[in-house]
Order: sequence, then C-alpha cells, then structure tokens
Amino acid sequence: MRMAVQTVKLSFQIRGSDFVNAGEASSNTKKALSRIGLNPSVVKRAAIAMYEAELNAMIHAGGGQADVEIFPDHVVIQIADRGPGIPDVDLAMQAGWSTAPDIAREMGFGAGMGLPNIKKHADDMRIETIVGQGTTITIHILFA
Amino acid sequence: MKLSECVELLKARVLVRVSDMNIDIKVACGADLMSDVMAFACSSNEMMLTGLVNPQTIRTAEMMDVKVVVFVRGKCPDDSILKLAAEKEICVLTTAMPMFTACGVLYGAGVLGKGE
Ligand SMILES: Nc1ncnc2c1ncn2[C@@H]1O[C@H](COP(=O)(O)OP(=O)(O)O)[C@@H](O)[C@H]1O
Ligand SMILES: [Mg+2]
Repeated sequence: MRMAVQTVKLSFQIRGSDFVNAGEASSNTKKALSRIGLNPSVVKRAAIAMYEAELNAMIHAGGGQADVEIFPDHVVIQIADRGPGIPDVDLAMQAGWSTAPDIAREMGFGAGMGLPNIKKHADDMRIETIVGQGTTITIHILFA
Repeated sequence: MKLSECVELLKARVLVRVSDMNIDIKVACGADLMSDVMAFACSSNEMMLTGLVNPQTIRTAEMMDVKVVVFVRGKCPDDSILKLAAEKEICVLTTAMPMFTACGVLYGAGVLGKGE
C-alpha cells in the first residue's frame, strides 16, 4: 500500500504597491517552516527567496498571489501575478538591472539584486512570463 | 559582545525590549539599502544599523534572522513599526550617533562585519 504524502498548503494575497504589509506572506511561511523544525539556514534560504519574489509582485506587478506547498523533504513556493510581464528575462536576471520606481528606492529596494538573489538561494527557480499577461515564479527549496 | 553593552556604547535608547537583553552580538551590518542587506546573507548577523525608517526594515531583519535593529542619527520609528518589531521579537534601539560613528564604535569594541 502506498502511504499518502502529507503536505501543507498555504495561500496568500499580495497587494500591489503596499509597502506596509508586503512581506507578510513570507513571514507566515517562514514561521510555518520554522515550526516543523527545519535547519534555520534552510528556513532562511526559503524566506529570502520568497520575500524577494513577494516584493517583486508588490512593486512591479500590482500584486499577486503566493501559493506554498510544504512536502516532507522540500517546499515549492509559487508567486503569480497578472502584471506587465518581463520582456527580457536574461536582462532582468542580471545583477543591478532594475526598472523599480522611485518609491521602491525610497523604501530601500530596487537595486536589481532580487532575481539573482532568488537564484542564489533556491535549489531550482523557474520564471514563466508573458508580456501583457503576467509572471509566475516557482521556487524549490530542498530541506537536505 | 552582549546586547546590553552595545546599548551603552551607542548611548542608545531601547524602543523595543526583548526577553533576553544579553544576547551575543557577534556580527553587525550597516545599510540604508535593504536590497543590499538581502543580497549578503551570512550564517551570523545579529544586528543591523540603518538610517532608513519604514516597516520593511523590520521585515528585512526578520527574513535575515537579524535580532536587533538600530536606527541611527536619532531616527525614531512610529508606533506601527515598533509594534511590528515587538510581534517579531526584534529588539529596536535608537542612537543619536550617525551611521559611521555608530558602526565605528561597535567595530572598535570587537563586533565584526559580515563575512569577516
Ligand atoms: N513580477 C514581475 N513583474 C514584472 N517585472 C518584474 C517582476 N519581477 C521582476 N521584474 C523585472 O525585473 C527587474 C529585476 O528584478 P529584481 O532583480 O528583483 O530587481 P528590483 O526588484 O530591485 O528591480 C525589475 O526591475 C523588473 O523590471
Ligand atoms: Mg526585486
């Protein structure tokens, strides 16, 4: 008999241009991952990657949705938005490239380090984007 | 160095107290650009000094496992920011010292920078 794999699913709305509440989805996910007793360095990798993606949806895409699925040995974090899409993903992935508005810079962001930072901390990162329709970024973090 | 000793050295006011004011501060960073703080993760970074006052400084600290946020140049965050920090058990200090001086005082007393 196959054992059913227990997974935990979390879902969050991310509001556009909300510099006060952005980060709540990542904060709740970080807490959930800490609670199951994972190594703090794994929790931190997931938190950093998700926070960068959450900020991007908030800043660049008018908000979006975060879906997190926690498996026994890994977590999948998906952030989807219906924003403008990314015309040139290779360019967007370059450290320092940013189209962030002034307000993002005033808030301490917009250095063009977010996407490269997600790539650095994720075990796998995938960007699906269509100009004019939106962007979905999927992040995999392995627990061991 | 103990957090309570950092408070004295910085002549800081404690705006949000945490249950253990004697936690060991080994590594600190100073930045107004949260993107930079996020881009440089290291195993230990207990304190962040900043002149940037907004809720995302607290959230960045949370993601990076930073336990103490020090606002420099006498900046005083509003109650909503202090409440957020308290919820997340992040200690908040404010010092009249400018960034350079505050960092120098701590560094001179043995607190290290990231990656040292
Ligand atoms: N969800 C998104 N929707 C539209 N554009 C995006 C999105 N995420 C990233 N981008 C684009 O990629 C660029 C680089 O992103 P990032 O590396 O996170 O840097 P930053 O957010 O500091 O600009 C952004 O400036 C923006 O042009
Ligand atoms: Mg970004």
